[in-house]
Amino acid sequence: MHSYRTVAALLCAAMLIGCAPSTAVIMGAEQSAVQLRSYQQRAFDTADKTQTLRSVISTLQDLSFVVDKADLDLGTVSATKLSGYQLRMTVTARPRGTNQMLVRANAQYMDKAVEDPKPYQDFFTALEKSMFLTAHQVD
Amino acid sequence: MTTSSLRCVGIGGRLIGLIAVAALVGCASIPKDALVPTPDSLERRQLQSRRLDGISEANLLAASAGVLQDLGFNIDESETRLGVIVASKDRSAWNAAQITAAVALALFGAYYPVDKTQKIRVSLVTRPALAADGTPRPDSQILRITIQRLVWNMENQLTRIDSIEEPAVYQEFFDRLSKSIFLELQEI
Repeated sequence: MHSYRTVAALLCAAMLIGCAPSTAVIMGAEQSAVQLRSYQQRAFDTADKTQTLRSVISTLQDLSFVVDKADLDLGTVSATKLSGYQLRMTVTARPRGTNQMLVRANAQYMDKAVEDPKPYQDFFTALEKSMFLTAHQVD
Repeated sequence: MTTSSLRCVGIGGRLIGLIAVAALVGCASIPKDALVPTPDSLERRQLQSRRLDGISEANLLAASAGVLQDLGFNIDESETRLGVIVASKDRSAWNAAQITAAVALALFGAYYPVDKTQKIRVSLVTRPALAADGTPRPDSQILRITIQRLVWNMENQLTRIDSIEEPAVYQEFFDRLSKSIFLELQEI
């Protein structure tokens, strides 16, 4: 009887640990902010925020995404691609100096952050074509 | 061990194998070409886009919202300054063929959860067409819609998540839109 109670208590403890929102999951990225930004953001030689965001939306549609939200003031677009899997992206555009826009993208595949540089490179290659501008690496 | 129990072990083994494969798929990372335009991207763009002349972007968005409502969609989000309307509708996903199969299986004591509800999501995006000199035209717009569908079964499990690419769906939308624009322009 006593051992049953111990097992039950252990199980409860395990369940609590499993359900507890750990700081690592909420705040965590496996890589540093500097590392993430090195492949998640690019600068474009334009000061036109509206046109930049319109190009982002058009690129996302080309890649079979459906837009979830768009906000010109905040400079963000979120979109989801469903193709047997779920891929969610948020792209932001904000001015960098007086004649550049800084475009930042982050993606989530199923329930995981995408922390592989390649898909971001693919996205910026597609965006470059839509914007008729070169994506500059930002340090 | 009898033949039938051996068979059971075989089936069980296969089941475990399938579960292992499913778990692997679940853990797999993003497909290599998820953010690469595919060879059929251009074809898809043509299917999903139309140019509409003689209308301002604001009027086109208003007409589009009307068509979405005609089709039973609710507007979820909009940002007219970027030419974006996002809409969705929830509908039944009951499907006669699936129900027949489920009933047939039930006769043999097997349980098969059939599809119950579906959500259809649309994003509708407009942008001014460009004149020969590259400037946006105030009276000519390019509209593109992308549609996707999520299906849940009776157990509330997602059974399908995909993009809608049937040409007839887009054709129907654009036919309705051209009628609506006619009404809009005529202000009836």
